Amino acid sequence: MKTRPLLGHFYRGLALLAVISSLGCSSMGVQPWERDILANPEMEMTADALDLAFDEHIYFSKEASSGGQGFAGGGCGCN
Amino acid sequence: MRLFSALILSLIIFPAFATDVRDISEFNLKQYQGKVVYLDFWASWCKPCQKSFPWMNQLQDKYPNDKFSVVTINLDTKTGDMNEFLEHIPANFAVYHDPKGSFAEKFKLPGMPTSYLIDTNGTAVKRHVGFSKSKAPKIELEIEALL
Repeated sequence: MKTRPLLGHFYRGLALLAVISSLGCSSMGVQPWERDILANPEMEMTADALDLAFDEHIYFSKEASSGGQGFAGGGCGCN
Repeated sequence: MRLFSALILSLIIFPAFATDVRDISEFNLKQYQGKVVYLDFWASWCKPCQKSFPWMNQLQDKYPNDKFSVVTINLDTKTGDMNEFLEHIPANFAVYHDPKGSFAEKFKLPGMPTSYLIDTNGTAVKRHVGFSKSKAPKIELEIEALL
């Protein structure tokens, strides 16, 4: 009989820990002025321009939409 | 003799092209009160920023210094990157270096580059995100309206 209240406390503590640890993720994401490393050519998704052109065409054919590729396309507000 | 004259020549030429770079802690908008200010946030890795530099140099030359100032804040985390950029494209306006981005956080910049047009009372009246040559004439008209 005495173990029941203890178990309740345990689960409550676990739930609280889960909530608190997830709060640490509230500042995820990179600010526009912190994108210096992402702007490096090494950080681009594709190595070959021709490959990228093929991929974009296939994407456009399938999705009937285009864009979103590359650093500037990802949205640095650089337009 | 040749080496000596080359040395003297480099000492004369170099300061003329050196950009005025200061730390962000020295930045105070009040010192520009009474002037229209074009405040620009930039970084060496941002392509449109590279394109905006020659235009900003032209701006500073075009309007009288006692009425208008271009003031820029650089957000490069590495000083070397900023210096390399300024060696290629020197600036005739002040650059304040903010490597930690503390000033950018205060302004909550939506993108790079972002520029603010500040009137003579120190109030930001316009904000421009991004840069392209086609936008330049419109911004010049806005500056002239404030002068």
